[in-house]
Amino acid sequence: MSESLLGRLTGDRAPTSGQLELSFSRRTALIGGVQALIGTVVAARMGYIAVFENERYKLLSESNRINLTLIPPRRGWFIDRFGKPIATNRADFRVDIIPDRLVDKEATVKTLANLLSLNQDDIDRITRDIREVQGFQPVEVASGLDYESFARVSVRLPDLPGVSPRQGFSRYYPSGAAVGHLLGYVGIVSAEEYKEHKDPLLITPGFKVGKDALEKAFELQLRGKPGAKRTEVTARGKIVRELSTRTDTPGKPVQLTIDIDLHNYAARRMGIESGSVVVIDCLTGDILAMVSMPCFDPNSFSEGIGRMEWKMLSEDDRVPLRNKTLQGLYPPGSTLKPMAGLALLRQGIDPEETVSCGGGYRLGNRVFKCLGRHGPMDMRSAIMKSCNTYFYAMANRVGFDAIAPVARELGLGQRFPLPFPSQSYGTVPDSAWKMKKYDDEWTRSDSLNAVIGQGYMIASPFQLAVMAARIASGRKLEPEIVLKKRAVGGALPYPAEHLQVVHDGMDMVVNGAGTAVASRLPLEDVKMAGKTGTAQVKAIKGGFRGKGGVRKFRDHGLFVCYAPTVNPRYAASVVIEHGMGGARAAAPVAKDVLTFLYDREKAMAALEELEAGWGGTIQERMDRQYAAFLAAQGATP
Amino acid sequence: MSSIIPAPIAGLPWRVLLILFALVSIGTAVLYSAAGGSFQPWAGQHMIRFLILSAAVIVMSRMPLEFWKTITFPLYGVLIILLIGVEIVGFAGGGSQRWINLGFISIQPSEIMKPAIVLAAAWLFDRLPPIKINSFDAIWPIAALLALPCILVIIQPDFDAALAYIFYVLVVGFLAGLPIIYFWAGGALLAVLAPIVYFFGLRPYQQDRVLIFLNPENDPLGAGYHITQSKIAIGSGGIFGKGFGNGTQSHLDYLPEGHTDFIFATMAEEWGLVGGLVILFLYYLLMRWGWRVASECRSRYGKLVAGGLTMTIFFYIMINLMMVVGLAPVAGLPLPFISHGGSSMLTMMICIGIIMSIERHPGSRRGQFG
Repeated sequence: MSESLLGRLTGDRAPTSGQLELSFSRRTALIGGVQALIGTVVAARMGYIAVFENERYKLLSESNRINLTLIPPRRGWFIDRFGKPIATNRADFRVDIIPDRLVDKEATVKTLANLLSLNQDDIDRITRDIREVQGFQPVEVASGLDYESFARVSVRLPDLPGVSPRQGFSRYYPSGAAVGHLLGYVGIVSAEEYKEHKDPLLITPGFKVGKDALEKAFELQLRGKPGAKRTEVTARGKIVRELSTRTDTPGKPVQLTIDIDLHNYAARRMGIESGSVVVIDCLTGDILAMVSMPCFDPNSFSEGIGRMEWKMLSEDDRVPLRNKTLQGLYPPGSTLKPMAGLALLRQGIDPEETVSCGGGYRLGNRVFKCLGRHGPMDMRSAIMKSCNTYFYAMANRVGFDAIAPVARELGLGQRFPLPFPSQSYGTVPDSAWKMKKYDDEWTRSDSLNAVIGQGYMIASPFQLAVMAARIASGRKLEPEIVLKKRAVGGALPYPAEHLQVVHDGMDMVVNGAGTAVASRLPLEDVKMAGKTGTAQVKAIKGGFRGKGGVRKFRDHGLFVCYAPTVNPRYAASVVIEHGMGGARAAAPVAKDVLTFLYDREKAMAALEELEAGWGGTIQERMDRQYAAFLAAQGATP
Repeated sequence: MSSIIPAPIAGLPWRVLLILFALVSIGTAVLYSAAGGSFQPWAGQHMIRFLILSAAVIVMSRMPLEFWKTITFPLYGVLIILLIGVEIVGFAGGGSQRWINLGFISIQPSEIMKPAIVLAAAWLFDRLPPIKINSFDAIWPIAALLALPCILVIIQPDFDAALAYIFYVLVVGFLAGLPIIYFWAGGALLAVLAPIVYFFGLRPYQQDRVLIFLNPENDPLGAGYHITQSKIAIGSGGIFGKGFGNGTQSHLDYLPEGHTDFIFATMAEEWGLVGGLVILFLYYLLMRWGWRVASECRSRYGKLVAGGLTMTIFFYIMINLMMVVGLAPVAGLPLPFISHGGSSMLTMMICIGIIMSIERHPGSRRGQFG
């Protein structure tokens, strides 16, 4: 049955042996044909890949074989007005971790800690950074290593996946803490910055960007172009050999108006105090020094700061993390009096007119106190003696709305187009301002408070320096931090005889019988003119005079000045926080800083004597402070 | 010439031996380069294996055709027992096992079954009276013969081997004159069954292989990596290759299995399209020899065995080359006589030895049913 059914299906012919042999030959030929076809297809396919797609696959094979690593460009230098380096690059050996490639995080960190003898603070920071950064970003383990440590890690690389030792450059600030606030610091790119630009350079180990102040503002100019190293690598990433290296193009240098020697001197002269010094060139408006102390060390910030060091800095009551020059705001106190003098002159007040000071000024039923009983005072002597009574009386006569515009002309309450990310404006109050801000009428007592730089009046140390420079020069000097040729600001709308009155008063403060006679320059041919100021932190009540007691309630000491008295060349402001008075704390600093400009040896001698009493240079004191802090933290964790 | 060279030597099948020697020499050179310019660990062993197996092959070629006929079923039976044996040993050992270690040599029964099943199928068709070729009697014994080893290797699990057995038996059946309609019907059935098998019969890793074959770029670092890297090696070699010893894909370990399954890519990277064509030409010569032996043999058994074994060798070549150039999914079949590996070389040389024996003993025209 089945036979016949199949037979019918298949053609119903029972083949003979001969027929089968014939069919064998036919079928052999058929199979041979199919084989030839397959062979041809394989050959054609191979030809297509090897000939038509050759270029593409060659490229893919090269990109397999060759690993391109970027060499971070050396960062452009900051140099001072004379070409001296302020921020440079130091060749160093460094070790980074690429968190993505880590296999055993804890074991790796532990091994590295042993090899590089890291302390617990470093380990905490590394662990924290590994946790916080995006996985592809390098975390700095250590930099500035000596060759031996570097070699110790390098030979153990096969057991340490994710660890990247390399030779590179790190930012170096020879001045250390002195330039921290001026320049800022550098650090690894944040996740947001990388997401924004997606430039592979940003996540190259060893690459840093400016994180604050000028380092941040001039980032693009300083960055330069990366170099590249081509290496042949195996599929497992082992380097077989180096093929070629293209060196990096260093970033362009930025020349600042700063006189770094002067700047460093000013920073050191601040000593253990907290405050700021600004020196401005009266001919051009160039900023010669801009110091805010105490300050973090940008070198250690740039290496990635340890947790304990950060804790110490953020807990310090002298706020080393804030740039007091631009962001600090203080009641300017009596440093406003020369400005007020100019404003009164414009209102037609006769500078020879006298007001008798009996120790205060009565307004209605309230007495506004003066610091002394000065007797009859004209404008010059009122500036010299810093007599409040004179200015109370005059301000009451003209009103502060007539004085405020002069304050603004001189730079108070103004924001300057400087490349710093944050500046505080301060306040020059007047009736419109008060109405807008407090919805309240301006009162006569507001005028009296404002004219002696108290009340609503606040200004930054930088603004005070600009004010001093503008009063000294009579020109609308625009402050500038980058050295370049530019037009000097035009004359301010003050007649020479008005300026002369104020200059005379400021001269007498130092060289007459004024408040700062102790701070005369120790020079024969150069005299300094200035004005002291004392800013109350807490209202004067009862016996409290802000001259002692708890530090945070002590008065700030301020001083604005210029030198020489004739044809002024340099102007400066000094603010010493809780210094208990301008004459006592601020004027001596100004004296030494201005002396430095004319006689370095004399100034250095004065400084060295002082530093011996303070316990060494800035770096020595900071190191000691950190050690003490660690010890204290260890005792009470 | 025959007067100078002794007859036993002159009588050796020099033509095929030279073809094989050329292929093995190419393999040795590629393996030498793949090892970074060293005969260790592959190239030397490859050549030595070939030389030893060549001696064995010459001995095999002396066996009369009847010898193979006689041992066909005992060999088949022994291999079935060994396949069951590896299952039991594997079960006892707690895992999949394909090898039997006899101490001095490891034998892979599923591999030796490949020529054995060709012998067995040829034996069955030889025994079948020509008149019954269209009948059901032609099918059931061969189906049973095929089913047993297929089931045993699928349990291992080794689908590739099972597919190979089916292919060989089909080829022998086709050559034996099974009605052509079976193959059409089978092809149609396959077209219907393939998707069903894909979705319900294959394990996920096997499904992946097929998917990745269809689009290797989808998985450049996973299973598609093999095919992608192989194409890069061949494509970057161009027409004349990068030169001997200059292949970066193989030397820097981007090409996986560069000395076994993907040796053709290793070769093509250094020798280019030209090297590939030379190899294809040598295979063409080998195939032509096999078919000539088959057609010149006067016994039906010998014809079927020679044709079947030639196709056994071809199956390896086809699957491997199509995989390497990206026309077939990744399967673990080496390239005959060129890839490093003892087991496949043994199988291939057994095929060669039996075909040589058929060449030497074309037999009488009259078969059993002549």
